[in-house]
Amino acid sequence: MSVSPPPSAPSPTRKSELPWGSRWLGVTGLLAPAGLWLLLLLVLPTLVIFQLSLVPNIRPGDVVIPSGIDNYLRALDPGNLRVVLRSLKLALGTTGLCLLLGFPVAYWIALLAPQRWRNLLLLGFVLPLWTSSLLRTYAWIAILRPTGVLNSLLGVAGLPALDILNRPPAVLVGMSYSFLPYMVLILYSSLEKLDRQLLEASADLGATPIQTFWKITVPQSLPGIAAGSLLVFITSLGDFIDPELLGGASSMTVARLIYNQFLGQTPNWGFGSALSMVLIFAVSLAIALLLKYGDSSATQR
Amino acid sequence: MTETAPNPQPDLDLTDSPDLPLDMAHSSLKPRFSLQSVFVGLMFVFMYLPILVLVVYSFNESAYSAAWEGFTWEWYEYLLSDSRIFAALRNSLTVAISAVAISAVLGTLMAVGLARYRFPGRQLYLGVSYLPLIIPDIAIAVATLVFLAAVGLSLSLWTIVAAHIVFCLAYIAIVVSTRLADLDRNLEEAALDLGATPVQAFFKVLLPQLIPGIVSGCLLAFVLSMDDFLIASFTAGAGATTLPMEIFSRIRTGVKPDVNALSAILISFSALLAIIAEWVRYRGESRRQ
Repeated sequence: MSVSPPPSAPSPTRKSELPWGSRWLGVTGLLAPAGLWLLLLLVLPTLVIFQLSLVPNIRPGDVVIPSGIDNYLRALDPGNLRVVLRSLKLALGTTGLCLLLGFPVAYWIALLAPQRWRNLLLLGFVLPLWTSSLLRTYAWIAILRPTGVLNSLLGVAGLPALDILNRPPAVLVGMSYSFLPYMVLILYSSLEKLDRQLLEASADLGATPIQTFWKITVPQSLPGIAAGSLLVFITSLGDFIDPELLGGASSMTVARLIYNQFLGQTPNWGFGSALSMVLIFAVSLAIALLLKYGDSSATQR
Repeated sequence: MTETAPNPQPDLDLTDSPDLPLDMAHSSLKPRFSLQSVFVGLMFVFMYLPILVLVVYSFNESAYSAAWEGFTWEWYEYLLSDSRIFAALRNSLTVAISAVAISAVLGTLMAVGLARYRFPGRQLYLGVSYLPLIIPDIAIAVATLVFLAAVGLSLSLWTIVAAHIVFCLAYIAIVVSTRLADLDRNLEEAALDLGATPVQAFFKVLLPQLIPGIVSGCLLAFVLSMDDFLIASFTAGAGATTLPMEIFSRIRTGVKPDVNALSAILISFSALLAIIAEWVRYRGESRRQ
């Protein structure tokens, strides 16, 4: 670092472009392999399911002739619409719960815990992510079933037993548990950057802790809140394992419905493709909303 | 160099400012401290409760009851004699190791290419590279299955590998990009100025600095590949059952006691991996300073 080059020596273009020999050879050699893979196994397949979604009543092996939006209209049947709405409700509920449970945790680790323990505490909180998500969901069956851990504890405490396994509340518990670490991770990295001098200034100027929290902390961490909520929302919207294993027959969701259209008893690839496109569209919409409003809220302060 | 210390420690700011006593700086935070730390403690319990339940049950004499009915190794012995589990484990390891190895190369090249070049269509490429992280697994699974059927490729273990490479390379590229952003570009330029060929500069200067990022990206991708149930079940051929697929079918067909033993073993293994990953990251960060 002792010899910093004079400003004119490497031209700005050379700095930002560079380095290895012919530029196009470099770009192609580095980016073509991964790009080709993504094109073949992600972009093209998505176009294929879009095409397939326009074919009503297709079964494996049929000739594909796109002929209309029947499959999309079918998603609006009362029965299927209920499934779509339930998925949205579960995803929103999970997002709300994760925010409610995750914010205090992220806040405490980022601002109140001793400095040198912070990384370790955060690691400790997200460590369960490293274990199989199937098995963690399986554990919730053991906890929530009628004779499970929860009801044993409730019995000891003299409280009435809960029967929530195979109902939407169990899905909500399972999904919140599964996605809480992601929320905490994102909120933490946002709260860690919080300008503490503003918190002190606010306290100096006579604000109560609650005023400081709503006027300083929340607005400053809004981009993190938005990013964390979006991530949890789109992950839980597409989640299959929690509704399938914890929700029972009364908790059909879009992801389960899609699964059944391909691997179930009576496959219907066209309808399944249409539902997949709806899911992709919903996720894109959520991201577009974040990009539009998330950025402006971050720059307005 | 000294006036721009990399990370101004906020705690130091508090203690160093003479006109602001420490207790006053904390006074705004204090009222919520005790209540909140109790809540945070409960959330830690919440995170580890399911894992604890699995491990405790794996030693429980009766696997079907919540009550403790005595200690036993029986489920572990039962598990060790289960050849289907081991076949599934071998399939999962084959898929994860192959997918991660290929993705490590593709993902690193991609990260370097995106960091070092500006070219028309870069934004589009960048957008596509983020897609695997954003699109729900079920949609990726559907797309891959439909596509493989359309091109007439028969399903096997290797179609799972091909599908896993899509998300593995995206995660590895993200982790490597983060590390690339912190690197000193001057070192490569110096190497080139001193007469190194571009290939030499890549292997002798850039790659060694990227290794910690590549390793932690690979560990992340490995865990995600070992954990994936949806994409594997859509793209697996007959007989190509991975560990999550095997576990799923066992859970679905009723509670099998040896799944608890399997969980306990997998959890120990994951904890070990997590510790290694954190250690690699820590080493990488401390070497940079």
